[in-house]
Amino acid sequence: MSDTPVQTSATVLTVRQVQDYHALTLVAPAVAERFRPGQFVALAVGGEHTGRLLRRCFGVYEVKSDYGGTVELVFADTEPGTAWLAGRRSRDQLDLVGPLGRPFRLPRDPVSCLLVGGGPGGASLFALADTLLRRGCQVHFVLGGTSGRQVFGSRIAQRIGDSFTVATEDGSMGEAGTVREVMPRVIQETGADVVYGCGPTALLRTVTQVAGDFGLPSQVSVEEFLQQTGACGIGVCMTCMLPIHGEDGVTRMVRACADGPVLRGDRVRWGDLGTIPFDALGAPHVLNLSERAPR
Amino acid sequence: MTARTATTLGALELPNPVMTASGCGGSGRELAPFFDLSRLGAFVTTSVMPQPRAGRPTPRVAESPSGLLTAMGLPGPGIESFLEADLPWLIEQDVRIIVSIAGNSVEEYADLARRLRGVSGIAAIEVNVACPNVEDRGRMFGRHPGAAGAVVRAVRGQARPGVPVFVKLAPDVTDIVTIALACVDAGAEGLTLINTMEGMAIDASTLRPALTGVSGGLSGPAIRPVAVRCVYQVHAALPSTPIIGAGGVATGLDALEFVLAGASAVAVGTAMFHDPSAAPRILRELEEALAARRIGRLADAVGLAHKPAGYVPPQVRPEPPAPEQAQAGEVKERL
Repeated sequence: MSDTPVQTSATVLTVRQVQDYHALTLVAPAVAERFRPGQFVALAVGGEHTGRLLRRCFGVYEVKSDYGGTVELVFADTEPGTAWLAGRRSRDQLDLVGPLGRPFRLPRDPVSCLLVGGGPGGASLFALADTLLRRGCQVHFVLGGTSGRQVFGSRIAQRIGDSFTVATEDGSMGEAGTVREVMPRVIQETGADVVYGCGPTALLRTVTQVAGDFGLPSQVSVEEFLQQTGACGIGVCMTCMLPIHGEDGVTRMVRACADGPVLRGDRVRWGDLGTIPFDALGAPHVLNLSERAPR
Repeated sequence: MTARTATTLGALELPNPVMTASGCGGSGRELAPFFDLSRLGAFVTTSVMPQPRAGRPTPRVAESPSGLLTAMGLPGPGIESFLEADLPWLIEQDVRIIVSIAGNSVEEYADLARRLRGVSGIAAIEVNVACPNVEDRGRMFGRHPGAAGAVVRAVRGQARPGVPVFVKLAPDVTDIVTIALACVDAGAEGLTLINTMEGMAIDASTLRPALTGVSGGLSGPAIRPVAVRCVYQVHAALPSTPIIGAGGVATGLDALEFVLAGASAVAVGTAMFHDPSAAPRILRELEEALAARRIGRLADAVGLAHKPAGYVPPQVRPEPPAPEQAQAGEVKERL
């Protein structure tokens, strides 16, 4: 089975600083050959006798066939675990599990695709863009961030995309504004048929809403939510739960890692992230009707 | 696996002593890509409750030094869905299955045991008594000998005869031996020691508790010394009661430590979050550790730490060197 994840000892090829982020390239042929855009990998941090037990989950920026197969990740060092990763050197060994999770579903026909990204998580869109372009799709990028240093991949987006729009809040790169402000215009100009999103959770909510306003389907990767809440990456720990409402109208708590990270944007109850909605399957009932005091 | 690691838990015979800990192996399907589940001594399920349960909101986990704090709120699909979807799949995997059950009242525990009575293919029941008793102002069953005993008596009364009942106890009680005695008196065939112990972390950036549940269960190597102490104390008091040791088992030597303290099997929990193939690795390391100490049967090592200094256990001749192990750096696709 080629779509099952593997656990492997990956060799660090390079660690580079890219703007505010770090790009880590690992030699991991078994992961590279199985990878499909949207999937992620889970890395152990701290070395062999580490006291940090949580795996760190990252989307994949690019897989290449060099050295038998490499996997490149982009991340921000926000906590000691990611700072440790940023400090790795060439030829270090890392315990890697992947590829994990469900990939982006790809359109059957060569349609026009809008890819919206922000922060280091946006890096996952480039592997997707590659696949879409090979299938004859049009690829339009919208990248956002607070400043130009936080917009990852603007040069590549410019090179490979059919169109490319950057919106920064301080105006240091591209247009001054937010993704919400530029997205409607880009959808109209490009005639997008489908929207893909990856990046901060707030951005994904915006992407879903704007796509919904235009009646377009959206697929978003909740990678950032997974990074903040996940522990294992493989689906056993049940810590990365988020509320999804299903076709049958029932809201269920699902795992961002094993049931995602790519989800249909319109299925996610964005406003209820970090809660158990009262109408979710298995939600605690605080008060039964009979317990309520009569008024 | 050789006969060296075969073990018994009372009447229950296992090919090896390495199990998954309840709540740490998912439904089992998630671990299958990393190793063959039938290589486990037993698979312990996530605690099954009568109804589907969403658990607590995120964040549910916080990292602590060599440990994890978790406040999950016992999420699960409920007994109905468990019997329909999860259990048949596990039975197909040809792995011995220990079903963990949890309830909010003595009646709920009894009901779960009754539901499992007609189901074949269950090796044992593990009773998770770390649940609030809604009939007693939410006090945890496992913290009171009387409440723990009442649950065990109810479960033992309803469970299929011949299916042993284990009770999983938490260490943060005044005297774990008293509670262990109460459980064994009430009919428990064995004990799992230990469950998580309560802890708390505060997020310095949000200035709020790190977990939505405020406090959570501490697990991982951080609590291993506590777990070893509990196993040692309970084994000293109840030498004929089989014990499943759990709490921070991450290597074969950790497993051996539990065995020496008096455990006949070990459950691997938090280590599996960090290393999905931890269980088969720990088994391999344990076997090597036994061989290096010329211990021919795991049973000879159970409780060895209680023997006076100078006691020499039955020994076997050293074996010829084993065939080469897999090289580091190789893909550990199927261990």
